[in-house]
Amino acid sequence: MSKLGVAAGLAVLGLALAAWSHYPVPDAQGGGTISGKVKFTGAKPVMRKIDMSEEPKCKAKYTAAPPTDESVVVNANGTLADVFVYVKSGLPASYKAPAPAGPVTLDQDGCRYHPHVLGILVGQALAIKNSDGILHNIKAKGTKNRPFNISQPTVMSSDRTFTAPEVMVPLECNVHGWMHAWLAVLPHPFFAVTGTDGAFTIKGLPPGTYTVEAWQEKYGTQTATVTVAGSETKTADFSFAAK
Amino acid sequence: MIDALLALVLVAPPVLRPSSLVPMQDTTKGKVVYVKWCAGCHGDGGAGDGTAAAHMLPRPRNFTGALYKIRTTASGQLPTDADLMRAIDEGLSGSAMPAWKGRLSDAERRDVAAYIKTFSSFFADTSQHVAPLKFSGEPSGGTGANALKTGRQFYDSIGCRKCHGDQGRGDGPSAPTLKDDAGFPIFAADLHQSWRFRGGGSAADIYRRLRTGLDGTPMPSFSDLIDQKFLTDEQLWRLAQYVRSLSPPEPPEVRDVIHAPQIAGTVPVSPDDSVWRGVSRYWFPLVGQVIRKARWFAPAVTGVWVRALHDGHTLALRVSWDDRTQSPDSAWLGFEQRVLETVAGDDSGQPPPKAEPWPDQLAVQFPRHLPQGMERPYFLMGSETDPVYQWRWTSRPRRSVAGLARGIERFDTLPGAPAGQASFDHGEWRLVFTRALATPDTANEVQLEAGRAIPVAFFSWDGSSGEHGSRMAVSTWYFLALDRPTPPGVFISPVLAMLVTLGLGLVVVRRAQRRGRGGPGR
Repeated sequence: MSKLGVAAGLAVLGLALAAWSHYPVPDAQGGGTISGKVKFTGAKPVMRKIDMSEEPKCKAKYTAAPPTDESVVVNANGTLADVFVYVKSGLPASYKAPAPAGPVTLDQDGCRYHPHVLGILVGQALAIKNSDGILHNIKAKGTKNRPFNISQPTVMSSDRTFTAPEVMVPLECNVHGWMHAWLAVLPHPFFAVTGTDGAFTIKGLPPGTYTVEAWQEKYGTQTATVTVAGSETKTADFSFAAK
Repeated sequence: MIDALLALVLVAPPVLRPSSLVPMQDTTKGKVVYVKWCAGCHGDGGAGDGTAAAHMLPRPRNFTGALYKIRTTASGQLPTDADLMRAIDEGLSGSAMPAWKGRLSDAERRDVAAYIKTFSSFFADTSQHVAPLKFSGEPSGGTGANALKTGRQFYDSIGCRKCHGDQGRGDGPSAPTLKDDAGFPIFAADLHQSWRFRGGGSAADIYRRLRTGLDGTPMPSFSDLIDQKFLTDEQLWRLAQYVRSLSPPEPPEVRDVIHAPQIAGTVPVSPDDSVWRGVSRYWFPLVGQVIRKARWFAPAVTGVWVRALHDGHTLALRVSWDDRTQSPDSAWLGFEQRVLETVAGDDSGQPPPKAEPWPDQLAVQFPRHLPQGMERPYFLMGSETDPVYQWRWTSRPRRSVAGLARGIERFDTLPGAPAGQASFDHGEWRLVFTRALATPDTANEVQLEAGRAIPVAFFSWDGSSGEHGSRMAVSTWYFLALDRPTPPGVFISPVLAMLVTLGLGLVVVRRAQRRGRGGPGR
């Protein structure tokens, strides 16, 4: 019982950390803002159910509904979650990224990655947590960054950093073939991941004209050109259609 | 004075710069070597896509990503020059990569290593950290029961069995899902065949692989576990020693003749009969059938262990082999499809066949008649005019038949089948065929005479690798010899000879003594 409590506590902590690191808020002193929603059109795809029978400990965490493939997550309001929106280009050459704050946490909980899509700054630590306490290996398969593949057979945390901007570095577990996460490594903090409302906000932008890209795991990318001046807020909505 | 200075300059040794201590590497010359010897598999651009690559599993290394399995550096780090030289010099066991030491000169091998590094910009990036990990020496007692027990404990606790299986034959629950970074199917290593490990089969090699991981594959590094004190360095060594203990101490030697001793009583019909433990085993390597279409370049079964016994009336032939799957196994259908798509059979341009639930199969082949000289039927299942006599076993339906093969395509079943009993245990098939030495059908069925060299060959199919028909693993002809019972004379004659010698010796001594005593006094 107490083990369960600890596990649950860790899980909550992990989720909280994950949520906290989800939206790195750059220095909000002025600057422009780009915000918007990522819509989804067409028939909502039926996601494959994941059979976790080989890991009873993970399977037990899904009491309400069986876990499903996370490659497309359509929200109740018809928007898409887990879309990575970021400034692809347009920052002035003189722009200097702030020193990265604490680590970004990626948690392995219930044989899934939390979050499923995340961003990190070059040089910032990625804390890879195993809250499950069963064997996971975490493999990073970047091509601009050196890869890694480390074993985590117990509750533990390992830190890794990335040296080059890269969208995306695929992360995977080979023990559990369904576990995938996507890590964007950027030289600046102007990025966001859509949540359950499909919305994103990128704050603190210096004045300029930017190419903003929205990346979705299955549907690819879309771009928009947005010009911001002063501390104004511009809207950029994206829309992905079912395939 | 000037002359003296000049002389000094001429005589003084040139100042050694660090770079001149390192043998010079020449990428221009390296390219010449590469194009001639390496590009056929690794491709002109180093992307692992040479003309032969499509027939290989594992595929040749793609140098453009600078991902190397066998290194002494931490997970994800570039290999050292020595790591690259090791792979070139010694080759990679269990793959198509041969050892180049002796085939290419020292300079050629160094140059080609330098050229290979030009395929990736990572090697030119001076911010990349390339340093071998500090490896400890092997702790002693590595073959003792306590060490192996500790090793096994960590084999379980760090989850090796997830991929490598409970007994280490690469049959763990995650094994059918494994892919390498290029998306090709990859087998979890069969830990009972350490002679096929890419980076070497010693406990020290295994320890290093555990520390570094195999980049580009699902095999992770376990170094973090030592840093975080989940296990000690010595415990990781024990794990390496345990893994080493699963394979024979020496790589199996191929001996041409299987000796079948004669036993009193009747031969065992079960593969798990304890009698087999006392019988020598013989290893026969198998290779892909690449002579007839459809060819097969990725045989799943790399060899069979054979034991034989007879009791004067019946032969029992026990064949065991490692096979991850008890085919057909629906869990492996996806893997089978990926294997079939990855390994090109022919240059016919035909699309890869669809994965089907094929069974596992094994065939033992004999000539119909014992040859008088060295003439034997064609090893690859005989021919129309000179068929061979075979025993064929399938896993589903579980049965054994005998018949005549007239080439790969034609097999005519004969009425008399051998008895076949098989068991499957954690990635190993064990099968015993039994048949009377003499049978009525002397025209078609080989008569197994003691004291004769009986040609024998083996064929194997792993259904879950898509193997069936001509897609199979084959051996060449070997021999089976049924030992005659030792005639009692063999034991009695030497004793008699010794007694006679002893007797004669005593006589000589006695006579010499008598002469000494009774002879003229001195």
